[in-house]
This record gives sequence, structure tokens and C-alpha cells, in this order.
Amino acid sequence: MFESLSLLTLQQYWWFVITLLGGLFVFMMFVQGGQTLLNTLSKTETEKNVIIASLGRKWELTFTTLVMFGGALFAAFPLLYAVSFGGAYYVWMAILFCFILQAVSYEYRKKPDNFLGQKTYETFLYLNGSLGIILIGIALATFYTGANFIKNDMNLSSWTNHSYGLEAVLNPFNVLFGFVIFFLARSQASLYFINAINEEKIVGRARKQLTIDASLFVVLFLVVAGMLLLMSGVAYHQESFSIVEYKFLTNLIETPTILALLLAGVVLVLYAFYITLFRRSTKGIWFSGTGTVLTVVALLSLLGYNQTAIYPSLADINCSLNIENSSGSHYTLTAMSYVSLFVPVVLGYIYLVWKSMDKEKLTSQEVEADHHHY
Amino acid sequence: MEEHLVDWSRAQFALTALYHWLFVPLTLGLSFIIAIMETIYVKTGNTVWKEISKFWMTLFAINFAIGLATGIIMEFEFGTNWSNYAWIVGDIFGAPLAIEGIMAFFMESTFFAIMFFGWDKVSKKMHLLSTWLVAIGSNLSALWILVANGWMQNPVGMVFNPDTARFEMNRFFDVLFNPNAYSKFLHTVGSGYVMGALFVVGISAWYLLKNKEGVKAKKSMVVGATFGLITSIFLIFTGDEAAHQVALNQPSKLAAMEGLYDGHRRAGIVAIGQLNPDKKIGDTQEEFLWSLEIPQALSILGFHDANAFVPGINELVYGDTDEHHIESASDKIAKGKIAIESLKAYKKAKKEADPLAAEKSLAQFRAYEKYFGYGYLENPEDIIPPVALTFYSFHIMVGLGTWFFALFFFLLYFAMVGKIEKQRMLLRLAVLSIPLGYLAGELGWVVAEVGRQPWAIFEMLPVGMATSQISTTAVQTTFWLFAVIFTGLLIAEIRIMLKQIQIGMGEH
Repeated sequence: MFESLSLLTLQQYWWFVITLLGGLFVFMMFVQGGQTLLNTLSKTETEKNVIIASLGRKWELTFTTLVMFGGALFAAFPLLYAVSFGGAYYVWMAILFCFILQAVSYEYRKKPDNFLGQKTYETFLYLNGSLGIILIGIALATFYTGANFIKNDMNLSSWTNHSYGLEAVLNPFNVLFGFVIFFLARSQASLYFINAINEEKIVGRARKQLTIDASLFVVLFLVVAGMLLLMSGVAYHQESFSIVEYKFLTNLIETPTILALLLAGVVLVLYAFYITLFRRSTKGIWFSGTGTVLTVVALLSLLGYNQTAIYPSLADINCSLNIENSSGSHYTLTAMSYVSLFVPVVLGYIYLVWKSMDKEKLTSQEVEADHHHY
Repeated sequence: MEEHLVDWSRAQFALTALYHWLFVPLTLGLSFIIAIMETIYVKTGNTVWKEISKFWMTLFAINFAIGLATGIIMEFEFGTNWSNYAWIVGDIFGAPLAIEGIMAFFMESTFFAIMFFGWDKVSKKMHLLSTWLVAIGSNLSALWILVANGWMQNPVGMVFNPDTARFEMNRFFDVLFNPNAYSKFLHTVGSGYVMGALFVVGISAWYLLKNKEGVKAKKSMVVGATFGLITSIFLIFTGDEAAHQVALNQPSKLAAMEGLYDGHRRAGIVAIGQLNPDKKIGDTQEEFLWSLEIPQALSILGFHDANAFVPGINELVYGDTDEHHIESASDKIAKGKIAIESLKAYKKAKKEADPLAAEKSLAQFRAYEKYFGYGYLENPEDIIPPVALTFYSFHIMVGLGTWFFALFFFLLYFAMVGKIEKQRMLLRLAVLSIPLGYLAGELGWVVAEVGRQPWAIFEMLPVGMATSQISTTAVQTTFWLFAVIFTGLLIAEIRIMLKQIQIGMGEH
């Protein structure tokens, strides 16, 4: 089936898989957003435990999606993986440290004799949800704005400065992109709590908090989207790269599918905010989740298609990466495409398990009675 | 490349891998033991087994969390610290890692939620299925990692593409069914099962020594010792096969594991001995200060032939073309340098659009291609891994594995005849064997990874060529950060674990 596809088609297919995983990852970041709202939405220890319990049953899926995103990038676009991770070293390491801290915090937070104390583990969760997410946003934004790398004839890459990725914070677009994702994660966290928790006070506070975070998100998203559509991008023709004005706007206009995905995604997210804030609905998370996935797929698609660079080099434009020069071979992409057919199966059983675990909303009684509470 | 960059990159990978391996074996083994315990509960309806299962699940979760924390960095370090590696072999190596994510990680993390929070939300059978799926998912994860690592030890199923300057996969099933990967997988998960069993019998023994949790501790002891006895036998057989694969594919590692400098037929195994620290490659000094050797055993175990020739370090470095057709390392290095130069000439000719020159250079490259990796080495002696570290790690690991078999045998015997609580010395030994299990597992990885040096991919890509081109200071910074954070988390994990054990089995 996949063998007969051309290398370019396989590269395009795999870029789509990457965008989908990216979209799912950003959706699942509601866990991180929720971690930053822990103290805002709870006034008592019991309320805090309820919030932690509701996030604690989902955090591993976000964590796994990140690992999956990395694995898929490694397998399908090894040069992008090598150049970005091996060059923007400090940024990726800082992100990974934030996730290392998260991984123990749920389990260790309330355990007796936990060495660092409950507050420390809660601070770890906050760091993961704030710094970790903002840095991921900054790292992703450099796929649009470029990074300081070069590569030689053997495709071995190196960074041209010793700040190893930290210089990305000097670009306002990158930083704003990070904050867009941060406020989206917080907005989705409130939507998730409203859907999953049956504690009136927490839900009430989540609705108030959503007003703030959603407003900030919408304003920042409009600014970032405007900057993106007005900025220049790097295009390629065969092996030569060049800067093209309004590249992403052009891509959007020339590929109606991406435009449709983006519009549908944005409308769904806005609809989720609307029904939650004005119609007291509890189903917002499903609309915003779907909308987030569609929006991220569309935004990342602006990079991968229409002869666009997926990682422009600021040091030497002809060292830039696109889906054609950074991908795996035809054979590997074919083999991996068969493996990708398992993705719907995985999504299927995640859905079923999620449904069976969340068929009743979480209450403080359940959390208190649970032998394995976080 | 900056001085010491490779050493620091290796040190960081070693640090993070050794920390990660403190937690993975318990996940692999304890998950199955818990699944067995819960199965007994579901079959018998006896709630004591439910309480026992829940107790071990609590300890499992504490360990699992830090396993995840230390594990996430492993995948990404191939990019952050070994980016040349990620490009040169990513076309082959990336696939098993991605498949691990799709087929194993999601299974583990999804059903983990039911295993821990689903007791009252799903049926008994669904809960049991989830517990088994967490165990299977953990072990499937190990399978794909070992497929990747097995390929590093015995690279198969690929071809070098001079245009992209990387190795590309051309036979997926050769990579998947690499015999080296399977022997490593079975031996590695076997060590995890034994670790899980040591953990259960050790803690149960502690309870019995303290006269606590009598019935539950004895029941746990029986399950742990039975599981341990079966899996320690499995470990011995898979260890034999793993060593056989090393003999076939990695002669330099085998020579270092056995401290064998001069190869010969009917080679024996040094069961116990002390290496001569002054011994150098090529000199005439004795290899050992003292040793106890089992005659012919190395030829038999390594090659299943008592008369087989086992090459030593000297033959591998200096060659033995007359009798055994072993090329010297210096010849291989010289040919490797020709391969590198031909590849450069090919790339230059392609750039200058000179097809004749390109064809000529490519033909020369293909003639010397299999020596390509050797071209990046400087000295013939570099092809030998550190002998003392590999030798002692291997021998201590084997000795400990033998001890664990004996321990499980006696524990099970006394548990079955109903006198286990009177065997106080044996119970103390069981408690003391918990850290020994961790030690054996770590030493196994030292043999596998140090024994592969100087290669990242055996005989294909030396570690010096595989690192990211970043500053040594950057790697030193993250090395110390990892050292501090992982040590802090380890202290937390041990303290929490000890407290939970102290609380006892009834409170979970």
C-alpha cells in the first residue's frame, strides 16, 4: 500500500502525522495548564487534592504524547531532530528538566517522608506547567523564525553561537508564541475541570478563571497570528532556499484545506469559550480540544507544505531544512507508515479507558476514599 | 571538536542510563508479580490477595514515577548529545523508538490509570486485564529498546547512502529479528524479573524478621521465590545465548569480558581471578596474578565447539592473517581512511558535476566501505574496550546471578515446608540481596556498553564521531544538573519506599 507512494508523498504524510501528534500534545497540555491553577482554584487542602486527582489520572498521557512526538520526529525527520535537539541544547534540556520534575511530583507530593516536602513538589508542577510550556512554545516558534545552525556536506550540524537556543527568547514572536500556548493550556484546564469535577466551588472559580485566561489567549493569539501572516518565511526550490515575504499568508491562501482547518479550529475553540461562559455548558473541553488539534495541525502545516522550510537557518539560509532534505529514507518512511496505522487503535483504547474512568465526575468524597490518592 | 567533549557526553549518558536502570528492572519484574497476585485474588476471591496486590502496587507506583522521570531524557539525549549519531543512523534507530511509543508507552500509561484508580470503576476482570496490560506494555517497551540496542551491538539490515552520508534501513525484519536483539531482550527482561522477585522476597523477609505481616509476607514470599526461581533459570540460559551472540559478533568485547590476550583453541573460562594491572596489549606479561580456570569452557559456551578458536586481544589488534584470517586493526584503520577520503572526493565531484570522478570515487568507497568507521580511529589499540572494567563487571554479574538462583531455591523450599520464619540467616541474606540485584543489573549494562567501546555502532561508528558539536561546558552543566536532580529524587524515592514498607501491608 505505502510502498507505491513517492518519497515526497510519504514525507508529506509523515509531516501530517507530526502535526497531528503536535496537535494532540498541545490539547493534552491542559494538564500543565491545570498545574499552574492549583492554588488559584483551591482554597482548602481537600479542593487541592481533588484538582490534583483529576489531573493525576491524565498527566501520563501528556507525558507519553511528548515522548511519542519526539520518537516520531526522530524516525521520520532525523535531521530536524538532530539539528534542533543537538543545537538548541539549553532550551530542550530546560524543557526536559521541567518534565522530569513533573514525573515524580504527583506520586511523591503527599507521601510521608518525601524528602523535599509537599510545597516543593507543587512548585515542580507549577514549573512544568509554566516554564516548560512557554519554552516548548518558544522552541516550536523557531520553526517559523529560524535558528542559528549550519550543516556540512555530510549533513552534520552545529550551532553558530554558544547560547545554544537561549537566543530565541530575544525574538518577541517566539516569546509571544510561548505565552499563547501557556494561556491556551490554562484555558483548557479550566474547561477540563468544569467537565470532570463535581465540586461547585472549584467549578465556579474555574469559570471565573476561564474569563481571564481565555481573554488573554484570544488577544495574544490574534497578535501572534497577525505577526505570522505578515512575516517573511523561507521557501525552497530544489536545493536552494530564499526568503519570501508573506510566505505563511501565501501558504494559507494557496492551500484552502489548511485555511479551512485553521478557521474550523479557531471557531471551535471560541465556541467552547462561548458555551462555557455564557451557556454554563460543561462540554467545552471537547470543542476546544478538537479545535486545538485542528488549529495546531493547520499552523504546523504552514511549515511543511507548499515548498516551505520547516527549520530555517539564520546562519546560512541554504542550510535550512525542509521535509525533503531532513526526512528518513523511502524504505523507513514506508515501514513507519504501516506502524502509524496503529495510531487510531491507540486513540480508540485511550478514548474507551478515559470514558470508563470519567463516567462519573470526580468528587472530594471519591478522592478522600481512594487508597491511591495523590 | 572540543577536548573531552566525547568523555563528558559519554559520562552524561552513562549517568542518566545508570540512574534509569535503577528503576526499570523493578517495573519489568514487579508488574508481572503483581499481575500474578491479582490473578490469584480474582480466581480465589480471597481479599487478602487484594490487599497484598495493593501493597505491592503502591511500591510499584513509587518506583514507576521515577522510572518515567529518568526515562524521558534517554530518548531525547540521542538528539541533544548524540546528534551526529541521530543523523547518521537515525533512519534505522529512530524507528524502534517511535514504535515503542505507539505500541508500548500508550498501553502502559493508559491502563496504569485503571490499575491504580479503577478498582471501583471497572469490573474485577477489566481491572485484572489492565494490570496485565501494564506489565505487557512495560515489557513491550523493553523489547523495542533492546531491538534498538541490539542493532547497536550487531548492525544489520542497512546500507550506506553516500548522497545523504548516512546509513539507511533496507531490511526492517532483519533489524526486528536481529538475533543479538532477542538474546539481549530476553536476558535483560529476565534480569528485571529476577530483580522484581528479589525485591518481593527481600521485603517479605524483612517483615518475617520483624514478626510483621505474617500471612501476607509468607504468601508474597511464595509468589516471589517461585517467580524468582523460574526466572533465574531463564536468566542463566538467556545469559548463555547472549554470550554466544557476543562471541559470534563482538570478539573484542568477548576478549575483554574474559581478559583473554592470546587467543587459542579449546579456550577456558576464568571462573575467578585477578587481572594483572601492569599487563599491556602486546607484551609478554601474565594476564592474571592468580586465576581459577574451567578448561575448554569458553570455546564450548562461546562457539558450541570445544575445538573452536577464540581470538584474543593481541590477535584482534595485531592480526593473525596466516592461520585465522584476522586483519590487523592498523590495516583496517588505513582502509577506513581511504573510505573517508573517497567519500569526500565523491561529494566534491558531485558538487562540481563531474560524473566520471564521482563514479570512480564511489567505486573506491564501496571497496573500502566496511572499514569506514575504522577510519576515525587513531591507534590500533583503540579497538579494545577497557579490559578491567568489562572483565570484573561481567564476572561479578555472573557470580551474583548464580547466588540469586540458590537464594530463591532455598527460600522456596523453606517456604513450602512451612519453616521459613525460622531461617533467620537466610531471611537476612534475602534482605541484603536486594541491593545486589540492582548491582548485577547495572553491571550487565556496563558489560554491554563499555564492552562495545570505542564504538557507538559496533565497527561502524565510533563514539567520537557520534556526539553533538556543542561546547564541553554545556554538557558539563547539564551533567551536574542531572547528578543533583536525580540524586535528590533517588533519596526521595528511597525514603518514601522505606516509609511505605514500614507502614505495612494493611494500610494500602
